[in-house]
Amino acid sequence: METRHKILLLDDDPELLSTYQQILTGLPSKPEVRVAASGSRAMALLEAEDFRLLICDLKMPKMDGLQVLSIVRRKYPQLRTVALTGIGDEQFRSRAYALGVDQFWQKPSSEQEIKMFMECLEALLGRESDAGFRGVQSKSLVDIIQLECISQSSSVLRITNGPFAGKIWIQDGEIIDAEAAELSAEPAFQKILSWKNGSFESLVADPSRPRKIFKSYNALLLETAQALDESQNAVTADGQPAAPNTPLAQLSQVEGVEFVLAMKPGDNGQVARGLENPEHMATWARQSLGRFRALGESWHAGPLEQIECLGPQRNVALASQAETEFCVGWKPTMSSGEIRQTMKKVLALWAS
Amino acid sequence: MGLLNIFSKPTADLVRLPSGSFTVDRDGRILMGTLPSSFPREMIKELAELILETFREAAEAQLPLSEVIANYPSLRITARELRGGAIVFLAPRERTATPNLN
Repeated sequence: METRHKILLLDDDPELLSTYQQILTGLPSKPEVRVAASGSRAMALLEAEDFRLLICDLKMPKMDGLQVLSIVRRKYPQLRTVALTGIGDEQFRSRAYALGVDQFWQKPSSEQEIKMFMECLEALLGRESDAGFRGVQSKSLVDIIQLECISQSSSVLRITNGPFAGKIWIQDGEIIDAEAAELSAEPAFQKILSWKNGSFESLVADPSRPRKIFKSYNALLLETAQALDESQNAVTADGQPAAPNTPLAQLSQVEGVEFVLAMKPGDNGQVARGLENPEHMATWARQSLGRFRALGESWHAGPLEQIECLGPQRNVALASQAETEFCVGWKPTMSSGEIRQTMKKVLALWAS
Repeated sequence: MGLLNIFSKPTADLVRLPSGSFTVDRDGRILMGTLPSSFPREMIKELAELILETFREAAEAQLPLSEVIANYPSLRITARELRGGAIVFLAPRERTATPNLN
């Protein structure tokens, strides 16, 4: 039986709620449309019922739309969200996207815009959950590559994993080249396949690309899978995990890094490399990250990305990755821009 | 088109992230600034206190700092230490955002 999705519509204007409710009920998938006239009411409904999509006005008294969206994105990550506003201000568009909304719409002002709005909502309702690579739902990257190769396609897959991007060139169903950061050919292909998540887009084929990979796609996928398995299960001769390849050791090898301090939740959940007596530094880093994160939330500036701190003796950068917080020391000669860019690589390396 | 007229409505304003700077002394007093007067004073004070705490506590952790830059998706805050106080720059970041249709 087909699921009838539920939409929650939040706006403080009762007339508008009623009008939109009528319009949205007419969507082809016949969703059930519930309405809320305040942020607190919307939160109560989200708590009590299972919704597929939240459409949220931005300008509302007491709890405004950015506040609602910022809570919702954290509390209900699977919920699709649309910001709908009459404010023609690019900053609010940026901020809404920074909070992770799926779409940002200025309130439609013509019948054609309403039609487009409805089509986009219908598309959002129809999508399944976000497992795997966004672009083809519920498919792993290996699935996507196999699909391209089996169908004898020619294309360039551009894969993005945080700040890292890679490309895989497929010509007439064969993988001919790959590129990821400074890597190319097979090492780049292995690197890209080691990414656990990300997004991809299919670009126009590039037949002029010189061939650097000569293995069949099946052999290449198999070898890559084996190499990844081996690297994950690397052990020493006596069966202990291989120490030199710990994630922290890898991070400390990034150019410019002087020390790495990784902090897990809990009082003693910190490990450091290249730093003696890290306790004071850890306390300061945790507090600073927490305070700046709270500021970003209360100002609706979006989630804190990172903090660069420059000093006469040493430079450090602070950031979070999943539940781990990092304080990374950098050479004093590095500028804040260089630290910012390299820090993104450090975080992506940790994630992958 | 009468139906469409209701799509716009006057309500309370959302606070725009401002562009500008201010200075704060070591005691947390805001001395001067170029931030728009519409930007709430409490928010400036909140930021000023946070910046001073960050510099102060970093020094206590044997990490004297001259500059702190906090990056958010829609805002960059740059604070430079100034004889125990700080000068703080706010710069909204407007970047090209595309709807996520996936």
